Amino acid sequence: MSSPGRPSWVRLGCLLAAAVVAATACGSNTSTGGSTLQQPPTATVKPPTAVGAGEGQLNLIAWEGYVDDSWVKQFTVQTGCVVNAKYAGSSDEMVSLMKDGGGGQWDMVSASGDADLRLIYSGDVKPMNEKLIPDFTNFQTYFQAPPYNTIAGIHYGISLQWGPNMLLYSTKKFVNPPTSWSVIYDANNSGLVTVPDNPIQIADAALYLMKTQPKLGIKDPYELTKVQFDATVALLTKQRPLIKKYWALASDEISLFQNGDVVVGAAWPYQTIQLKLAGAPVDDTIPTEGATGWGDTWMLATKAPHPNCAYLWTQYVSTPKVQAEQALFFGETPVNSKACAEMEALQTGSCAQYHADKGSAYFDTIKFWKTPIAQCGDGSNNCIPYDQWVSAWTTIKG
Amino acid sequence: MEGRWTKLALQAWVALLLVFLFTPILLIFIYAFNTSNIESWPIPGLTLKWFSSTWNDPDVRSSLELSLRAGLTATALALLLGSSAAFAIHRLTFFGREVVSLLFVLPLALPGIITGISLNAFFSFNGISLSLWTIVIGHTTFCIVVVYNNVLARLRRTQGSLIEAAMDLGANGFQVFRDITLPLISTAVVAGGMLAFALSFDEVIVTTFTAGAQNTLPLWIFGAIRLGQRLPEVNVVVSFVILVTIIPVVIAARLTGGGGVARVQAGR
Amino acid sequence: MLLLTPPMAWFVLIYLASLVLLLITAFWSIDPFTTQIVQVWNTSNFERILTEPTYRTIIGRTVLMAALVTVTDAVLAFPFAYFMARVASRRVQTFLFASVLLPLWASYLARVYAWILILNHSGLLNWSLQSIGLPPANIGYTNVAMWVVFSYIWLPFMIIPVYSALERVHESLLEAAADLGARRWRAIRDIVLPLALPGVAAGSIFTFSLTLGDYITPILVGGAGSQFIGNVVYANVGIANNIPFAAALAVVPVAIMAVYLLIAQRLGAFEAL
Repeated sequence: MSSPGRPSWVRLGCLLAAAVVAATACGSNTSTGGSTLQQPPTATVKPPTAVGAGEGQLNLIAWEGYVDDSWVKQFTVQTGCVVNAKYAGSSDEMVSLMKDGGGGQWDMVSASGDADLRLIYSGDVKPMNEKLIPDFTNFQTYFQAPPYNTIAGIHYGISLQWGPNMLLYSTKKFVNPPTSWSVIYDANNSGLVTVPDNPIQIADAALYLMKTQPKLGIKDPYELTKVQFDATVALLTKQRPLIKKYWALASDEISLFQNGDVVVGAAWPYQTIQLKLAGAPVDDTIPTEGATGWGDTWMLATKAPHPNCAYLWTQYVSTPKVQAEQALFFGETPVNSKACAEMEALQTGSCAQYHADKGSAYFDTIKFWKTPIAQCGDGSNNCIPYDQWVSAWTTIKG
Repeated sequence: MEGRWTKLALQAWVALLLVFLFTPILLIFIYAFNTSNIESWPIPGLTLKWFSSTWNDPDVRSSLELSLRAGLTATALALLLGSSAAFAIHRLTFFGREVVSLLFVLPLALPGIITGISLNAFFSFNGISLSLWTIVIGHTTFCIVVVYNNVLARLRRTQGSLIEAAMDLGANGFQVFRDITLPLISTAVVAGGMLAFALSFDEVIVTTFTAGAQNTLPLWIFGAIRLGQRLPEVNVVVSFVILVTIIPVVIAARLTGGGGVARVQAGR
Repeated sequence: MLLLTPPMAWFVLIYLASLVLLLITAFWSIDPFTTQIVQVWNTSNFERILTEPTYRTIIGRTVLMAALVTVTDAVLAFPFAYFMARVASRRVQTFLFASVLLPLWASYLARVYAWILILNHSGLLNWSLQSIGLPPANIGYTNVAMWVVFSYIWLPFMIIPVYSALERVHESLLEAAADLGARRWRAIRDIVLPLALPGVAAGSIFTFSLTLGDYITPILVGGAGSQFIGNVVYANVGIANNIPFAAALAVVPVAIMAVYLLIAQRLGAFEAL
């Protein structure tokens, strides 16, 4: 399997790195007395050099579908670590659960790009030793040290999988697959639409406006000036009467489609797979405007009570076989380049379907989740920061 | 005493409300046999497989065990503290008694989410890490109130003259308590304890904020609902709990409702 | 007095202290990026709640729903409790009381989830209506659904206190009223209803406050227009990690309940709990 072309990855990486530097430099301006240090608070915590015996228990915070018995049972048999998973439906929830270094309760969190920096800079996660993960060297180069989990060469987590947010639709209502996100803003579908109950959804609307209203000049859906932000909020406010329900739990959306309450909406690939398994007439697609997406990392809590089990888990889920199993279960793309062969063995054609072999072309179409901050990519300081996204979202929902 | 038509109308109303109350519970029973793990109507098929998978599920066992432990501990604490508070309030008249009464109503009167987030903030502010004990503290707070209300209500209905008579006959304080007061309030204590346990067992809002990585049964149920993979297991567990509690509930009903307070007849 | 000390200590040291802490937190704010609490005294949270129309809508919607559910449950419960207390035989009384208590043992979550099954687009309700030729109700994921589910879940909490209150009405009072020439309905209206009022008031404390703070039912059963105080508070605590704002918003139901409790006390609810 060919590794992805370097230039595009590096370009995106540089943008993210710039954002990180901007955050650190600019942080003290936006906060009221709280500090955003140049170096994350846990930078000096030395990770272990060897993995000891398992402690018998592992407490994980994960996305729904990330800790499935089909691969977890084997892990417990091998290591004796009993896995206890708490599910979260949004990055915000994960950040909140992980406060105070995990509170001495949680060991790891499968955080997406928009949660990682927040976790790192509040000192809730600590550095991991990538040399303890044998499969690390097989990871695609970009995912070995992406800017959202690696700062100044220190790894604050190990990359896991990545994927897009899809447009899920009922094949009964849409005989031909929709080609544009406009269907979820179309008044003809009033009362039949669902989107995630997550402020980051504003970026999806911004992505749509990038193509449909180029005059706004949106270059990055996470970096919006006031004018761009207001236009996006206006679009979402117009969408509000079309929404049947803002789904907060993955099973909510599955229920909505299964029972015919909605016919189209934004979803993770997980929902599509579960619905198809239950025989529902649905399918998903990425429309021409592109999609937002997520790159996930297993991060280690600063106060993790079971660090050895945590490392054993990270080793386990980085192996090609488990990477393939998880990718097929959730509908995402593994970071381990050796997983492609395993995916093909489990389900023919899956490697191509989930773009585990494609290069930067596919990767570039996805606008990965990242935390919106005041510093825009071009150096100016008037982009809308995330806390305003949160309050705007409450207002949009009404 | 009531006219025939009134009686008929009342019976119809009661029957309708019983249907209203029990339809969802009937659905819970039926969907424990669901072949699909997505709940949709009509039910696609019936199977027994979820019973064995629930029995073998370690998460179910550990959360059930934790719920029982938390419930019993919280109820025990509540019985102790709630009864003693009821006695004190009943016997004493002091300045601020009204305020204390109000205080003891608060945990039930204030929405659970407020109790939950304040306790959570309190624990993290004082560096107390979340564990079984924080769960118990959260539950005890409203369990005390339930026991307190039940015992106080019964004390108010107990005739003080009985105690006076006993003392006139020479009984000391302890004897009065053991032989007169305790038997009179025992059913109220038991009923209060059972209600407290029921509330603790099914509590989810306060527990969400006071539990760490442990799952009580309601927390496990919420996790299972959000995952959507093993919904029929939830139905199996809930059906099991309902069946197991039918007997205690009937006993409680006899103690407080049916037999506890006799209908007051005309003329003393 | 000695008996009172341990419970009082518990309440004051733990419960009251935590409530006071919450109130204090409402006057702080958070660092937008790290979401750590910044202990700088300000009233910005309260200003936001009072001035932004969104929050007024949410508070209004919640209070209205709580009132509606309370009235609904009172109306549903009264005939039921009357039958239980004054008409039913001892055996039927026990059976009915057990029937009212039993649902409290079936997990709240499971019962709410069962209602989704009943109310959704292809659920039991629509199926029943359509099989007898009526149009579907389509109330799934709406505030009507919320009203139905809330009324359902809190009904036992209203029936029990009303029943207790009705049980204590002396039969002699009604006989006296009959002797004085009052018809049955008049006796019920003038004698029974006022005497049952403390029970209704006591039950209403539960239905009102439980609706005011619930967030699980809106998340599961609610639709797009179902933001209530409970879930905005929850979203700010469990998701946005903006505890100061959640605390400020939480002061609203506390204030509402304080007023409600004062009224309920006047109506004698505390004796009827």
